[in-house]
Amino acid sequence: MSRKKDRPQKAGSSEKSSLTRRDFLKGAGVTVSGSMLVGSTIASAASPGPEAGFVGPGPVPVTLRVNGKVHKLNLEPRVTLLDALRDRLNITGSKKVCDRATCGACTVMMDRKPVYACTVLAIEAEGHNITTIEGLAADGKLTPVMEAFVKHDAQQCGFCTPGFVMACTAYLERDHNPTEEEISKNLGGNICRCGTYRGVRHAVLEAAGMKGGANGNM
Amino acid sequence: MATCKYDWPAAGHRELIGKSIERIDGPEKSSGRAKYTYDTNPPGRLIAKTCSCPYAHAKITSLDTSAAQKLPGVKAVLVVHPVGDEIQWAGDEVVVVAATTEEIAEDAVRLIKVEYEQLPHLVREEDLKKAEAAGRTKEGGESTTGDPAKAFADPDSVLSEGFYGLPVITHCCLESHGSVTMWTDPKTLKTWVSTQNVSGGPGQFGQGLRFKKVDVEDNNIETICQYIGGGFGSKFSPDRWGIEAAMLSKMAGGAPVRLMLDRNIEMEMAGARPSAYAKVRVAAKKDGTLTAWDSDSWGTGGPGPAGHPPLPYVIEPPNRHWKHTAVLTNIGEARAWRAPNHPQACLITMGALDDLADKLQMDPIEFLKKNVNLAPPILRRAYSEELVKAAEMADWKKNWHPRGDKTPGHIKRGVGVSLHTWGGRGHNSNCNIIIRPDGSATVQLGSQDLGTGTRTVIAITVAETLGLPVDAIKVEIGDSKFPYDGASGGSTTVGGVSNSTRRGAVDALDELFAAVAPSLGVQPADLEAWNGKIQVKGDASKSLTWKQACAKLGVKTIQTLGKNPGPCHLGDSGVGGVQIADVSVDTETGQVKINRIIAAQDCGLIIDMKTAESQVYGALIMGVCYSLFEQKVMDETLGVMLNPNMEFYKLATIGDIGEFVVHMMTGPGYDERGVIGLGEPPVISPGAAIANAVTNAIGVRVPTLPLTPDKVLAALEKGEKA
Repeated sequence: MSRKKDRPQKAGSSEKSSLTRRDFLKGAGVTVSGSMLVGSTIASAASPGPEAGFVGPGPVPVTLRVNGKVHKLNLEPRVTLLDALRDRLNITGSKKVCDRATCGACTVMMDRKPVYACTVLAIEAEGHNITTIEGLAADGKLTPVMEAFVKHDAQQCGFCTPGFVMACTAYLERDHNPTEEEISKNLGGNICRCGTYRGVRHAVLEAAGMKGGANGNM
Repeated sequence: MATCKYDWPAAGHRELIGKSIERIDGPEKSSGRAKYTYDTNPPGRLIAKTCSCPYAHAKITSLDTSAAQKLPGVKAVLVVHPVGDEIQWAGDEVVVVAATTEEIAEDAVRLIKVEYEQLPHLVREEDLKKAEAAGRTKEGGESTTGDPAKAFADPDSVLSEGFYGLPVITHCCLESHGSVTMWTDPKTLKTWVSTQNVSGGPGQFGQGLRFKKVDVEDNNIETICQYIGGGFGSKFSPDRWGIEAAMLSKMAGGAPVRLMLDRNIEMEMAGARPSAYAKVRVAAKKDGTLTAWDSDSWGTGGPGPAGHPPLPYVIEPPNRHWKHTAVLTNIGEARAWRAPNHPQACLITMGALDDLADKLQMDPIEFLKKNVNLAPPILRRAYSEELVKAAEMADWKKNWHPRGDKTPGHIKRGVGVSLHTWGGRGHNSNCNIIIRPDGSATVQLGSQDLGTGTRTVIAITVAETLGLPVDAIKVEIGDSKFPYDGASGGSTTVGGVSNSTRRGAVDALDELFAAVAPSLGVQPADLEAWNGKIQVKGDASKSLTWKQACAKLGVKTIQTLGKNPGPCHLGDSGVGGVQIADVSVDTETGQVKINRIIAAQDCGLIIDMKTAESQVYGALIMGVCYSLFEQKVMDETLGVMLNPNMEFYKLATIGDIGEFVVHMMTGPGYDERGVIGLGEPPVISPGAAIANAVTNAIGVRVPTLPLTPDKVLAALEKGEKA
């Protein structure tokens, strides 16, 4: 698979804007489902600049900044961010479940915006700050959202939990004081099989309260 | 009543048991630190993919893997089905390939050339006549009790006839099925498996591998599963693909091989709940006393028979006849799905009884109360109390109305009731209890925590027995090196592990008492463990702290083996449970909205109220999923599953579920039964309760689950009442 790509960037340069200069939709050939999470990322993608070229299909150097740490990898352009995290970097908190942007178990944040890592290519993530669940509780201390998940037993098997915690964390960063109805609307992009939604509702309400409206380190 | 040494502490002497205690592995899970099979990445780990058959029924006529073999990065190619083999369902693996990366493994699969001769298939079973004509049915049992013909002929009886059913659904465990396996030396196999049966792993791998002529002793196999992303009855063994992963590893010089099924393959072949459809006749006297049952049921569990729903369910009239026919189809094999065959039997029976109550112009709760003496004796008390409790919580008297909500407008509200049962006796369990001189206490057993709270229950039981806080107990499970514990299926785990760890901890404490008694100048029998101390009964001033007491062991470590079954009555079998659903139906769109589901549930002595309640909440939500959304949709012509993914295999999301009210029955009449399992029972009734509530709302029955808008509208069009 070939895709258009900007000239390789030096690590650390222009970290914020590279996604907007990549032709995500045309080049990556990724089918976008009705996912609200990824949708927000896709919406920011623009046409490639005049200097766009092709990379792949063989491995290309990719630099990923994950939880503040820079990782240099050699990946085929078709490798998803999720596979890069889990299988190359052994950062396994984000789970592979549906692998097509339906269930939210792979949710990570790109520049603090939640995205489905199964539907973002690793090369698209280059130049962005990736936060996985490991990056939220890096010091080993649970965040208020995590604590609320424990307190309200918003987890059973726990396989959807990291994705849910990421989605809840990102959601509470944009909406500090949600109602139960708003929670149901905004967290509809994560699926749990064991049936922990009731606990999740309570956990989000509690975490919002604990946070007290401040945009702290959730 | 005579006491027995291992008895559960009396109600006033429980510090932890029955309280609402947070699950001990909660922080590991919510922080993403919990490592599942899918997360296991030993150095040099290869990734395996399956080349699957696209046809429902086919014979392999040619197979060429040479191009795949030559692809750089491919480390092993294993033919599962050679030329000449017949494939019985789409998705079945024909070849498995292990490569250095997922992408290379996928490329290799694409390079495999397989040719098939397609054979006739049957993938749908709703039409029994069609299946019979195709010769794809098998007798599934028949039984007669009393004289149903005479009872149905009684001119004084009221009859009701109906058709009820529910389709095949899948487990859709969020962690797919699979394993990571590696030969640490040519004779030693280490396996990480997403399994409900950790202790059974070595035997299952050994048997499977020896069958494939791979020489290995069970002794030299280890199975690990610290965390599992859902099982629900579909993960009792490493599966054929687990054995294949071990063979690929062998071919690749022992390198670790990860073979986790892709979602579509998992949904096609890694488990299905059998369907059930039934034509039912029921009869009662005019006062509501149930007299007769007759059912002609059928269903499919794939290419082989899958048992039959126990009809009539729970409430057994004196005159009854049932007959079941298995339809053999080319879909993936059936697997136990949380409470095997019970949700089916429950929907059919409780639907038929609800329709009969309507014919009798009786309130369905009064009708069930009237007939509760037709339930097994051990459950009658629970049902009687739970019917009252659930009705009270649901405000039934206010919310129930005769069929068809007469409120103007297109939103119709209704309530429906159902009851259920399950066994849940504790499984065979062995555990080590270890108390060391520094006071640290460990419990080890080869069990697994499916998210039900097994770890937490073990910690609470041991902590309660030793008089310690929950976090003082180190719980080690999830490894076949630990003492044998049964598989987690059929709601048997909490009963098993609580009983074995109670016995082991009591014995360990006895050894500690023996070591401590001389220094306190009393006999060991005079001591008790309470609140972090070992103290003289009746004289708490004579005591040692736990640490001081353990120091008396010197260099000795206490280790006891706790077993279940064993002496003293610590557990039982047989629970009830009553649920009431409250729904609103939009008669213009056909959409069903869950307002509330009420559950009154017993399960004997509850160890942890928090995780017990979570089991019920979770079951209700799973119930909403299979009542409103789930179906394995099969294409009659192509023979394939049309929705082997999570966007079209619908599960409820957080906004679809409504409110829940859960009441656990505790206290006298329940606690003294000891511990009984809870995983299955609450998932049985939601289908029936929701279907009955929809019927109550719109006045006509939607005969089959899921209660999708198209079916609701069709029922409305056919019926007259709404």
